[in-house]
This record gives sequence, structure tokens and C-alpha cells, in this order.
Amino acid sequence: MAQLKVLVVDDEPGIRSGVARILKTFHVTYPFMDEDYTYEVLEAASGEEGIEIMERENPDIMLLDNKLPGMQGVEVLEYVRHKNHNIVVAMITSYASVDIAVKATNDGATDFIPKPFTPQELKSSIEQITKQQYLKRITHKLDEEGKKIRYQFLSVLSHELKAPLNAIEGYMQMMKERQLGNLVDDYAPSIDRSLQRIQGMRNLIMDLLDFTKVSFEKHVEKVQEVNLEEAASAAIVTVSPYAIQKDVQFETKILNCKKIWADPNDIEIIFNNLISNAVKYNKKGGKVTVTIDCNDNELFLTFEDTGIGMSQEEQDIIFEEFSRIKNEKTRNISGSGLGLSIVKKVVALYHGLITVESTIDKGSIFTVIIPLPQVQNINNGL
Amino acid sequence: MDKKVYSVLVADDDPDYLYQVSYYLRKAGYEVIAVESQKEAEQVMTKTRPDIAIFDLMMESDDSGFILCYKLKRRYPEVPVILATAVSRETGLTFGLSSEQEREWIKADLYLEKGVRPEQLNQEIKKLLKI
Repeated sequence: MAQLKVLVVDDEPGIRSGVARILKTFHVTYPFMDEDYTYEVLEAASGEEGIEIMERENPDIMLLDNKLPGMQGVEVLEYVRHKNHNIVVAMITSYASVDIAVKATNDGATDFIPKPFTPQELKSSIEQITKQQYLKRITHKLDEEGKKIRYQFLSVLSHELKAPLNAIEGYMQMMKERQLGNLVDDYAPSIDRSLQRIQGMRNLIMDLLDFTKVSFEKHVEKVQEVNLEEAASAAIVTVSPYAIQKDVQFETKILNCKKIWADPNDIEIIFNNLISNAVKYNKKGGKVTVTIDCNDNELFLTFEDTGIGMSQEEQDIIFEEFSRIKNEKTRNISGSGLGLSIVKKVVALYHGLITVESTIDKGSIFTVIIPLPQVQNINNGL
Repeated sequence: MDKKVYSVLVADDDPDYLYQVSYYLRKAGYEVIAVESQKEAEQVMTKTRPDIAIFDLMMESDDSGFILCYKLKRRYPEVPVILATAVSRETGLTFGLSSEQEREWIKADLYLEKGVRPEQLNQEIKKLLKI
């Protein structure tokens, strides 16, 4: 239960006690709300007293009579607006004056309650205001969270982009000053490291492009029949130079489901990322098994490696943007930290999900499950 | 007259930056203890008291540098610390050590953006070591 404070500012005691009586047993429910709202009524007999109570109690809603003994209702409203109080004001008016209504609306009144009002009229006004307040709060909260996420993303991104530049700049500076000697050979390690950092930066930029594509492009128009076996082979070919270097073998098992309807780019992103990870985090002489299977409702893709594996804590964070597992075994593996977050986004576009099971030093199994048929799903989803 | 050799603990998870900084500091005559993680830095701190420390901000976690500053100051309150990072103004992430409030929670003596020239770094170290 959440409680909202309602401040009634009216010089007629009957109105104040009436409001208090009606709202005492009233509560508002709304399909999206976590909890019901109830009301506590505060009473003020004048505008001056109303302001005093408002400053002290921070009410959520104010029911404001316009005709008051001293300070007028519209003046109270002006005060509220100047002070930027987070309060919703509804004017109680005994006669419909267009002038006052216009002025009051300009000054931030959100509702008008005619006087005299029936309990039902009061309740429906309060219900409206409560829903409005609730939505305003939720939107505000979401905005804040959205901003925070974007902000974190940018600061990490700037870090990831600048770190390689700093490293390469440092090596160039050393060469320029001939810090390590006069021969090119003296700088062989520096040159190798610079090239590696450049490659890492290129990968990050490519991943970023994928990332923005997944976030902003409409995928519906590009949906076509995609051959999964071909997509898997293409990804294996892409990673094969690295696989040969690490002596990693591939096996592809097609149990069912050779084709699905999807944007071929999306399928490529899924296969490329998961297959290259399975090689990257594998051991020398290891194996990668890709399985494609489905039943009537779902497509299953599994990517199994015999690599270094992960702890439970590591499994919990790997789908987050820029999360990279940093330890002794991953020290020399380069990655942008974006790959799995991109895959997760793509899979979500198809209303699917991705999971991981892993044992340290044994290996990891990534499973992608996508509901079928995808064409309808994707149309509904975007 | 014997010239004292000062020891510098440098923690940075970027192996290239670590190599470059260590190179210049050794060349300038310091003894360098170079580590690649917050964890290693903490291990070193339990055994050795460096004369000065330079910590990267983001290592295993986004605030590794802050944690190390705090832990070093608790153990060796008199040892000066430099906090270095590549994150900077473009992102709106600004902090320094200019205000009282910032000094209260950032337990570092100096905040440096990465990419300062080696001579400048040496100058700052000398200032902090009062040599």
C-alpha cells in the first residue's frame, strides 16, 4: 500500500470534512501499479495556512478552492509554480469562470472539481490525478535509468577507444626519441604490440557498428530464408586462420531445421560471435561443436567448447556491455567486450534467449533458443 | 653521498602502458614494481612499502584505483598516490582533487590523465616525494 497526501485548502469546514470522509475509505488500483494507493487528508482553512502545511508536509495532491478569505486560490497556485513543488493541484470552483480557469490552467492546475461535488465526482478526479502522478513518476525513473546506462556506456567506450591510442602513441614516441636504439629491430616488440592494439581497436569499431545496427535498424524488411548450415560454415571459415594457429577442430551437427526466416545479418552475428569465442577461449588442440536442432516450436543452437570455462560469477556478467573476464588465462586474448551483449540483443529481437553453462577448465556451452515461426514473431515485435 | 633509490608501485591493466611507464621511470632512476591488477597490487602492498604509487582507475572493476588508494592510505598514510586514467572530460566524467569534498572521498594526492609526457610525470613524482 502506498499513501498519498491530499491537502484540501477551503474555508468551508463542510467541504474539508466531506473530502476527508470520502477519501478515508477510497483507494485506487491501476493495472500497472505495484500497489494500491490510499489517501491521507490534510486540511487548511486559508491559502496562507495551505502554503504553510505544504512546506511542512510535502503533500502529493492539492484540492484548492479559488475563493478564499485572504490570499486567493490563483495566488496559491502561482506560489506553487514558483517554488517548483512536485504537487498536482486541482481547483475547486463554485462558479465556472472562464478567466479563472484559463489563468489557473496556465499556472499549472491540472483539474477542476465543480462545487458542490458528489463523492463520485471527487473520487473520479482523485483517481485521474493519481494515475497521472504515477505515470509521471515512472517516466521520470525510466528516463533517469536510461541516462545512466547511456552515460556508463559512453564512459567505458571512451576508455576502450583511448587506451589503444595511448599505447600506440607511447610506442611511437619511444621510436621518435630512439629510446631503445637506432635499429628497427630494437623496436620489433613495440611494433608487434602496436599492430595488435590497432587490430583490437578495429575489432571494437566493427563490434560497435554491429551494436548500433542491432539497436537502431529495422530488421523486418530484411527477413528472408537463411540456410543455417551455410551460416555456420561461413563463420567457421572466418575464424579458421586463428583456429589453425590454436589447433582447434570443428564439428557441426545438423539434427533438424536447416533453414529459418530471419535477417541474414542477424544470424551471421550470432554464429560469428559464438564460434569465434569458442575458438578464442579454447585450449590448444581443443574442439568446438556446433549443433543445430529444433522441434515444432523452437530452434536450438548450441556452441560447445573444450576451453578454459568460467566461474558462476563470471557467467553472471558476460552478457553485459564491455564486461570482459580478466584473469591470467584471458590476458592475451583480445576482445571488445561487446560481442555477447550484441548476440543477446539480436536473440532478443527474435524473442529468443541465450544461456550459458560452464565449468572451469572443462569448457562452456552457449545455447540459443529462438521461437518458431520467426516471421510472425519478428513482425509483432518490431 | 649515497643517492637514495625511490621505489614506485605502478598498477595498470594495460600491459603496454605499464611497460612504457615502467621504462621511463626506470630510466629516470626509480625502482619500479609493476603489476597488472588490483589484486596483485594489494598483494605487493601487504609485503612492501613503496615510496610512491601510481594506480590506474579501471582495472578488474571500474573503481579499482579508488579502492587501491584507500587501502594504501590506510596502511601507509604518508605514501603519496597518483591516480591515472584514460577516462576524461569528453564523457562528462570529471573529478579532480580541487575541492574539499572530492579530497574527502578520493584518497589520492594527484589525479592525472593518461598521456602525460614522461618528464612531466617525473616532475610530479619529485614534487610529491619532495626531492
